[in-house]
Order: sequence, then structure tokens, then C-alpha cells
Amino acid sequence: MKEILSGNEAIARGAFEAGCRVACAYPGTPSTEILENTVNYKEIDSSWAPNEKVALEVGIGASFGGGRALVTMKHVGVNVAADPLFTLSYTGVNGGLVLVTADDPEMHSSQNEQDNRNYAKFAKIPMLEPSDSQECKEFTRLGFEISEQYDTPVMLRTTTRISHSKSIVELNDRVTGLPEPKLVKNAAKLVMLPGNARVRHPLVEERMVNLAKDGATMALNRLELRNPAMGIITSGVCYQYVREVLPEASTLKLGMIHPLPTELIREFAAKVEKLYVVEELDPFIEEQVKSLGITVIGKDILPVCGELTPGRIRNAFGLPEPAATVAGKLPGRPPNMCPGCPHRGVFFALNQLKAYVTGDIGCYTLGFMPPLSAMDTCVCMGASIGMATGVSKVVSEEERKRVVAVIGDSTFLHTGINGLMDMVYNNSSATVVILDNRITAMTGRQDNPASGFTLMDDPTHNIDFPLLCKSLGVKHIRVVNPFDLEQTRRVLQEEMARPEPSVIITDKPCVLVKREGVFVKGVELVVEVDKCTSCRVCLKIGCPAIEWRPAEGKKGKAYIDPLLCTGCDVCRQLCKFEAIGRAK
Amino acid sequence: MSGQITNILLVGVGGQGILLASEVLSETCMLAGFDVKKSEIHGMSQRGGSVVSHVRYGKEVFSPIVPEGEGDILFGFELMETCRSLPLLKQGGTVVANDLRIAPPSVLMGLEPYPEGLAENIKAQFPDFLLVDGQKLASEAGNARAANTVLLGAVSKRLEIAEKYWVQALEKMVPQKALEVNKRAFLLGRSL
Ligand SMILES: Cc1ncc(C[n+]2csc(CCOP(=O)(O)OP(=O)(O)O)c2C)c(N)n1
Repeated sequence: MKEILSGNEAIARGAFEAGCRVACAYPGTPSTEILENTVNYKEIDSSWAPNEKVALEVGIGASFGGGRALVTMKHVGVNVAADPLFTLSYTGVNGGLVLVTADDPEMHSSQNEQDNRNYAKFAKIPMLEPSDSQECKEFTRLGFEISEQYDTPVMLRTTTRISHSKSIVELNDRVTGLPEPKLVKNAAKLVMLPGNARVRHPLVEERMVNLAKDGATMALNRLELRNPAMGIITSGVCYQYVREVLPEASTLKLGMIHPLPTELIREFAAKVEKLYVVEELDPFIEEQVKSLGITVIGKDILPVCGELTPGRIRNAFGLPEPAATVAGKLPGRPPNMCPGCPHRGVFFALNQLKAYVTGDIGCYTLGFMPPLSAMDTCVCMGASIGMATGVSKVVSEEERKRVVAVIGDSTFLHTGINGLMDMVYNNSSATVVILDNRITAMTGRQDNPASGFTLMDDPTHNIDFPLLCKSLGVKHIRVVNPFDLEQTRRVLQEEMARPEPSVIITDKPCVLVKREGVFVKGVELVVEVDKCTSCRVCLKIGCPAIEWRPAEGKKGKAYIDPLLCTGCDVCRQLCKFEAIGRAK
Repeated sequence: MSGQITNILLVGVGGQGILLASEVLSETCMLAGFDVKKSEIHGMSQRGGSVVSHVRYGKEVFSPIVPEGEGDILFGFELMETCRSLPLLKQGGTVVANDLRIAPPSVLMGLEPYPEGLAENIKAQFPDFLLVDGQKLASEAGNARAANTVLLGAVSKRLEIAEKYWVQALEKMVPQKALEVNKRAFLLGRSL
């Protein structure tokens, strides 16, 4: 049977067909939909971990117990999971383990565009790179086989264009007859103390040599001879672009990009007149080809930054460009916090209080944009609290009072807790705001340990943030309603003035939560046109439901779209002229 | 250079149902026996940002994204977004656009006006331009929210794929309770 699947759906399908038993992940674009699809196969135990390190550790345990395990994350997630990953390389596996790293060249929704192929080389782990959904499915299955055959974890690398593109996939059944998981003691392999690890390391080196050799005959590396004048080594979505733009060129399509099949590369180089590498981001393949003493053109003509596209490759090879059309100058359309978002009021208050806000990653990062303009730093998940501690250590007593960390519920549980622990432990101080909207909103509303449900939709314990913070030693913990502007502002002001750590927790849910009874819509608001004095103060919260209508009245009037308004009430509190009221 | 490949771009604002329309379109192509690829960026789309979805079909499709300047049909759900994507279209390409304006944040805040004369600008560069009042026709079909299906109908007439495949795809992808309205909306669009 054939179906049109995204790369992510196809990876989930591949895991199912490969007999995978456990899938664990922390969400992150563009990887998130993999687990949102494995959960549809009842044979796979799918779960969201609080962060990527835990996700990988759960996968490692499942593998050591003899079951096949899939672990997925976005590229920066591998930074968080790197500690277990590097040593897993030494232990190897029992049941096959495939780790998906979904890279994001062009940073469509990421804070950097690190090239995670480097991790494969660094951690000495084989890496596969599919170039369409059919290969996503097949390479996932192959990944499990290679993992068990070579006693190694296998990384499967996708990029946004592979994860989020759809193409036709032929479906197969789930394999049967895999060994039943059971506990088997094997300390020499699984306890990585120096004595054991010293024995394992040479085995890792040997495995990589074998893989490089065997790569020459693996079906996933494919030599395609067409015109010998031009030969291109490529992989992933770039292979598709090359076929599109340079259909006559010969290609060496690599499905395993680490270790490289050196013999195959030499053979290809000998058969073509001019050799190129077409790859996104780092000259990962190019440098290794050069180290074989082979002359090759790559980053001399192709960009290191951003993703490649057919047009960019056309450019690099000097092919003719189609005549250009002009779009004209148009206003931008950046993403925005939703109408009724509980984050909005907090950032409005922070702006008014002239806080220096160390930020974090989530929907609330949009608080950086005008008109709220109330985020001053954003580095990686969980960093806000540590940065608040650090900046407080160096600035004056007066300025210290302006330092506020903001962090979402999912992000706090991901890697924020340790920052708060440190702030208390080391007698530092700053105000920490936990924006608890009960969900991981940014990546599309995934449940987390504070939302009361699992990925498989089973009810579960939900974390009590005040209690958690109390046990870390925070003495001042306040819960506020972020839709109550006066309260939010007052509490922020009081806690900012305090020379001790304090935590403020907001307690209103994300408007996108679909689960019944969590988000409850209020009564929509309306502008009473005669009372509106055109002061524009309601526009300062940047709510998409509020529109400025310049042609109304003498100086223009505000208008609230009843279809968008959720009745959160924030704008009503801002209007001094009582021109905003509840719809009857 | 893409030979017999047809390149379609669906553009608009997050939340307008673009992803569903492009799913129906690609499903139709597969049912009609073509190879098909579809690509879009949907990280931030839920928060009202611009959305561009690429659908390509033919005998064998390589790139999942339409090469810049090689689009055959631009299918716009919103006027400003339609203009923004014109550079992806080939000279002489077709534009089918919904006559709808959704104000971006800077316009909502009164910092700049929504641009004037967009339809004229499109028409001047792409004579094969159809402006559709999707909302109005969808209301006639029974639900203003089926505007994207009206547009899909209008686009369908410009592609050489038999009607039965479109209907099959709609039946597969659209939830049962909205199916009849969507079929009517589709046929209304197809008659334009
Ligand atoms: C290491 C890492 N993993 C995953 C992500 C993707 N990501 C960005 S924000 C976010 C979570 C946001 O959830 P929360 O903190 O609850 O804030 P909300 O979006 O709900 O406001 C995730 C998973 C990332 N940027 N970095």
C-alpha cells in the first residue's frame, strides 16, 4: 500500500515496521511529529521525556534490556543529550537504538544552525541521512539493523526539508521474530568505568573502520554514472536539488554520511573529470574527501550559512536565472502571541517596570518583539535563570533590582530547575517568573510533567510548582493571574525590590490547549466608539484581535474583532476611558 | 528544466487551512497516478506568520520545493501573501487569489497602512490572474470557512486531473460532517 507521508511520519512508520518497542523524545521543531505518530502504533511505548538527556537515557535502558528503541530530538537537543551519547558509543547496544537528530539549516525555527553531522564524527557513531520519505522509512529500519550488527547506536539525520516534506511511501508490515527483551548482566560492556572503557574504545575504532569498508557495498550508498564531465558527491535533500538542477551530472549519493565509504569515493573520483561536493552548512564531506588527497570543489562556490535551494545551487554553478518578478515593498508578517495568550500581560508589566529580562525559549520569546519589547537575552533552553544569577553578580545594587528571568513551564522542567537550585544554593538573587501555561505551546502543545497527561493521553501526576520551588529553598513564591494587570505589576514590583531569590508563577492556561475544561473562553470585548478617545493605549499590548482603524472618527478608533477576542480582559484594564466593555 | 513537472505554490497566513488544501491537492495527484512531493515550513505558522506550501507533481519529482522562478500556479489565500510570493512564479504563470486582506501586526497597530493596489500589481505582471471572492462563494455553498475549498476548485480547473480524483481526495481528507459543504464549495470554484 502507498501513502503520502512526511519524513517524520515515515520515520515513525519505519520504527513500527522495524519492531521498535520504545520511542522517547523531547519535542523540538522539526522533529516533534515523529513521536506524535509513533503514539498511533499501540505496539510502541511512546513518551515525552522532560528533556533530551532523559529521553536518550530511557532509550538506552530499553536497548540494554533488549528492546529496539527510537529517540528523537531537534539538533540542539543533542547538545543536551551529548553526555550519555558519547559513552553509549562505547557500550554499544543490546536492542538496536536509533537517535534521530532533526537539523534546521536556515533556522526556520531554531536559535542556531549547528551541523550535527559533526556529532557523528565526534562521538564515533554511524550516521544515515535520508533524502525523501521513502528513505526515511527504510533508513530507520536499516538503522536498527546496523545498530545491532555493529553494536553501536545509529544516528539518523534529517533536515527541516526532509522532516516536513511529504512524498509517496510504500508501506510494509512489522517484522516479527525479534528476540524477547530480558535482563542479561554484562558489566564489562555496560559499566563504563576506566578499566572497562579502555577495553571498549579500541572496539569502537575497529567498528568505525569496518563500517567505512562495508559502506562501499551498502545499498544506501549509490554511485550513479551519467555524464562523466561532472561528478557530485551529495546526500539528503541536496541530492534531490542536484538531480533537479544538474540532471546530467554523475552523482555519488551517500546514505551513510559517517563513516564515509572511502573506497567508493576514490572510485567515483577516478571516473569523473571534475568533482564537487554539494552539502548544506559545514564542509563535512568536503574536508574528509580532501584529506584523502582528492581535489574537490565545495564551499568555494556554495554557502556555509543557510539552507541550499535549487536556486542557490543554480547560482553556484553559474546556470541561467529565470527573469525576476518584483513583489513590491510589503509589510512583514512576523508570528505573534495569540489573542488571549497569558504571556502578554506579564511582558507588558515587565516593559513598564523597565526590567532587564533574561529570557528563555518558548512562545514567550515573542515578548521580545515590539510593542512588548521586554526580553533582553535568549540563548538556549533553561538559560534564563543562570543568566539572571550571573548578571546580578556583576551589576550594581541598584541595577540588580531590575533583573528578572522568565521561563516557561516546559522549559523550567527541561533544564531550568538546576539554575534555580544554583541561585538559592549560592545565595544569589533575582526574580524568576515561571510562565505556567500547562503545556509546551511553542512546538504545538505537547503535554509535559506539569500538564497532568502523558503523550499516550493517560492521566498522571502534575507537578506542583510552588511546592517544587519551596523544596529548592525559595522563600518567596507568589502565584499571579497574568490577566490581572494591576496584580501582576504589583507583585513583580515587590519581588524585584527584594534582595533574595523569588519566584512568581502565572497560572492561566494556553488558549490552544484542546483538552476540555483547561482553557475557558471569556466574554468578548467591544470598543464603545463614542468613548474611544483615539489614545491608542490598547495597541501597546500587540493583541492580534485589536485593530487600529484610521478612517474611523476624526483621529481613528480601535476595533476588536469578536471572532478573535477571547475576553482575556487585559485591554479593558488598560483603557482609562472605559471605552472597552464586555459584549452583551 | 523540471520537464513535465507541475509546480504549485499555496500561500497565505497561518490558520487559514493552507496545509489541508495542499494535503488534498497532493492526495489528488497521487490518486491520479503521479509522483508527488509537498513541502512547507510549519514551525511558527500557528502564530499568524506567513505560510508557503509547495506541491510538485509529474512522472518523477526530485526537489520537494519549487525552484525559485519556476512556479506554474500561485494559489493565494490572502492578497499580500500572494504578492510576497510572486518571485517564486515563472513569467506567464497563473495566479488564483482569494480577495481577502488580513492585516499584519504593523497594520493592526496603525504603524503603516495595508498596501493598496495589490491586485492591480499582480494583474500587470501576470495577465492570467483570477481573483476569487472565496468567502462569498463558500457562504453560498453553506459555510464561509470553506473558502479554501472554493479556491482549490478554481485551481483544479487549471490542472489536467479528472474530477473524480479530486472528489476521492476530498472524501478521504475532509471530516464527514463538513464533506458535503466542501464538495459544493469545490464545484462552485471549479465552475469559475
Ligand atoms: C534543547 C532544545 N530542545 C527543544 C527545543 C524546542 N523548543 C523550543 S521552546 C520549547 C518549549 C516551550 O515550552 P514552554 O517553556 O512551556 O513555553 P510555551 O511555549 O508553552 O510558552 C521547545 C520544546 C529547543 N529550542 N531546544
